[in-house]
Amino acid sequence: MLNERDRQLLNRLQSHLPLKSNPFQAVGEELGMTETEVLERLSRLKQKGIIRRIGASMNSQSLGYVSTLVALKVPEGRLMEVAGLINQFPGVTHNYQRNHTYNLWFTLISPSQQELEGTLKELQKRVGNLPLLNLPARRLFKIRAEFVF
Amino acid sequence: MFSAQEIAIIKRLQEDLPLVPQPYAVLATQLGISEADLLKCIEQLQAQGVIRRLGAILRHRQAGMQGNVMVVWRVPPAEINRVGEILARSPAVTHCYERPTAPDWPYNLYSMVHARDEIECRSIVQDLALQVGLEDYQLLFTVKEFKKTSMHYFA
Repeated sequence: MLNERDRQLLNRLQSHLPLKSNPFQAVGEELGMTETEVLERLSRLKQKGIIRRIGASMNSQSLGYVSTLVALKVPEGRLMEVAGLINQFPGVTHNYQRNHTYNLWFTLISPSQQELEGTLKELQKRVGNLPLLNLPARRLFKIRAEFVF
Repeated sequence: MFSAQEIAIIKRLQEDLPLVPQPYAVLATQLGISEADLLKCIEQLQAQGVIRRLGAILRHRQAGMQGNVMVVWRVPPAEINRVGEILARSPAVTHCYERPTAPDWPYNLYSMVHARDEIECRSIVQDLALQVGLEDYQLLFTVKEFKKTSMHYFA
């Protein structure tokens, strides 16, 4: 589990890694840790799988990409097979089983609207025309995938 | 729209930064540019909102946030703004979007709620429902995670 200093570090490091030659030293100074302590804690948190990656999250829209949320109604016995088919599409970033008759929910990102629609058609064909909801965002009220520990 | 150099930098930042004292210097060498130019370019991409965040991206389940629920709300269209803004103010809500409805799908507002466990999730959602004054909503818990990755742009 996380201890207090891990928590402080994770709360600090979910955004705005300093744009300085020694960013981890700068973070350490803010938190009262040495650069070595910061690097060792981060490497341990990565090994434990708590940190997935240290890098950038991009705003897909400002890169000219379009995205949508899709729900599929999959017969219980086909769930693993269909989830596997969906996972193969590189634009699918999240794919979850959820507790509803629309039981498979995934996000799809494409370089253009045309390509997105093409991918959805192809995907429909491959899974055998299951009932599908295409739910692109109309309006964004909040996006903040940061967590306070 | 983006220069070849910007695209190269964006592509590299989608990967992992090395855990060394001077990670930007390592990247700059890989990209064949100076560290100062790299930092300037990252700063610009952040200011333009192209880079949303630069830092540690977590697996929230492993970090102790095991409760994760997508709440779908049926909101009268005239009230979407009011409700969306209330939901967005809750620290437990990480994402909140308006989305279209379908004949067999009347829900038009979505909020992701993260908490320590399912019980805490349910109590937060109950509280939100009272705040926004809505009764027609559903909790779609994650049963299984089949895929969770970051998008590779310009791949």
